[in-house]
Amino acid sequence: MQLVAFYIFAALSVLGAILMVTRKNPLGGAVALVVSLASLAALFAMLHAEFVFILQILLYAGAIMVLIIFTIMLLNLSREELKEPPVGKVKGLFILAATVVGLVGFIRVLRLLPEGTEYVAPTFGNIEKVGTMMLTDYLYPFEIISVLLLVAIVGVVLLAKKII
Amino acid sequence: MEFHLIGLGKAVFIWAVALTCIPILIWFERKGAAFIQDRVGPNRAAVLGVRLAGIVHNISDVVKLLTKEMMVPAHTNKWYFTIAPFVGITVLLFAFAVVPWADNLRFGRWDIPMQVANLNGGILYILAITSLEVYGIVLAGWSSNNKFSLLGALRSSAQMISYEIPLALSLIGVFMVFGTVQLGEIVRGQGELLWGFLPRWGVFVQPLGFLIFLTAAFAEANRNPFDIPEGESEIVAGYHVEYSGIRFALFYMGEYVAIVLSAAMVTTLFFGGWQIPYLPTDRIVANASTVLRVLLTVGAVLSFVSAIVFLRYDKRLSGTWAKGDLRNQEGKILAVVAIIFFVMHLVAAIVLWSVELPEWGTAVVAVLAQTGMFVLKLLFFCWLFIWVRWTLPRFRYDQLMRLGWKNLIPLAFLNIFVTGFIILLVERSG
Repeated sequence: MQLVAFYIFAALSVLGAILMVTRKNPLGGAVALVVSLASLAALFAMLHAEFVFILQILLYAGAIMVLIIFTIMLLNLSREELKEPPVGKVKGLFILAATVVGLVGFIRVLRLLPEGTEYVAPTFGNIEKVGTMMLTDYLYPFEIISVLLLVAIVGVVLLAKKII
Repeated sequence: MEFHLIGLGKAVFIWAVALTCIPILIWFERKGAAFIQDRVGPNRAAVLGVRLAGIVHNISDVVKLLTKEMMVPAHTNKWYFTIAPFVGITVLLFAFAVVPWADNLRFGRWDIPMQVANLNGGILYILAITSLEVYGIVLAGWSSNNKFSLLGALRSSAQMISYEIPLALSLIGVFMVFGTVQLGEIVRGQGELLWGFLPRWGVFVQPLGFLIFLTAAFAEANRNPFDIPEGESEIVAGYHVEYSGIRFALFYMGEYVAIVLSAAMVTTLFFGGWQIPYLPTDRIVANASTVLRVLLTVGAVLSFVSAIVFLRYDKRLSGTWAKGDLRNQEGKILAVVAIIFFVMHLVAAIVLWSVELPEWGTAVVAVLAQTGMFVLKLLFFCWLFIWVRWTLPRFRYDQLMRLGWKNLIPLAFLNIFVTGFIILLVERSG
């Protein structure tokens, strides 16, 4: 039962990732990315990492909405603009080489992985643990990140003010 | 195996509640609108003469929508156009997984939580899942290849992204008071009494949070006064202008499921969920026989009274329709049904008066009573959504954005600070 669900969601996430790269229409790509991220979230849920599952959907899948709106509103692409320029010989060779190097590197990394897996405690990654860690061990990084986000928000408002 | 079967049963139950609410809500909407506008509302459609004040009208609606042609206009993106109606309603039905509708069913070795999944994330799961709802609307609006649809979709996405923030912020106060995000625990925390007489419901400890949440929930469900995504006076019908037949109906069903979900969230977070005021679970279990007897007696009296009402209604009805029309006999048919109910209640009450309930029976009575309480509260808040729709005018787009960003979000922050301050004071003094 679990194995079947795992294979379905794993296949969906890989399929979504492939479609995201190959779709010509940016909107189709964004939707494929949603499918891929949602399936990844389902995989997290199956590992009992419930908080990670919720954050994956809330932050990643939710944020793609903005991408879609940008695609629709700002880019407003026509069919002609979406035609790809023909790939040159040098460029093609480069892409081929990059693919081979990437595959070899991936297999190397796979070999580095240790055999067998270590089980973590069932409380790993639940809300209480994450909250406690953020406000004790990682308090300063947490505060610095919030200041960074505040700066980003103020910056965006400042930039937008110039346009309006 | 048992675990999977119980899970399946619970999932079927909560989906059945959510989906059964759709026809009831359509009926509420039609009759409520008619009542508020001083009209009669639907009163013709009948099955074998029974009209049930217009509930039967839903059946003819469904038949109409199912048999209508599903138009697919030219220049649409067929694939997205087809899947978009399904996205919204499917996603919303997933969100019901964490809604608890009764206390744990405890007897013998069993201890079954009446909730499909008791996730650690709790309410955050609902927030995450409902954030996906907007994809259905945006895909529908974009794939229709129509300016009005696109405008509706963009309005909807802007509105939902804006109002998710006050919605989530207003919940933080609730988390602070009850000290958890799990819905089951929040409901259990609301069973206590405040100062010895007031139920410790979310609405009494978080009044401002409740108002912000309710406002944001209306916007999230795309309901009036915030239904500008389909503002028919400005953009025809918004994102579903190109849809027809059952695909169009799916959008409407999605909207009603969104209302049910919002009502369920309001009930569980602010109105005690399945808690019956002043009657905690152990007291129901201890007095299960009495509770059941009282309920059965009340049921018997009610069905007797309704039988009399139906018979009087029959006198008034006679000759309204042409001769041979079964609708003339509606009062008699309903009276017969009421009398059957009366006899059944009476027999059950008499049997129960002499029999004591076994242990599992008391547990089931408690769960049933709490489920009934939950459904009653749920239906009341569903009605509130319809009530507001026919009372308030629609907001303008800029007013909507101003309300969300400039009023609700600062208020939600204020609520968090005040709640924190009060909790600190209470902890210091206690």
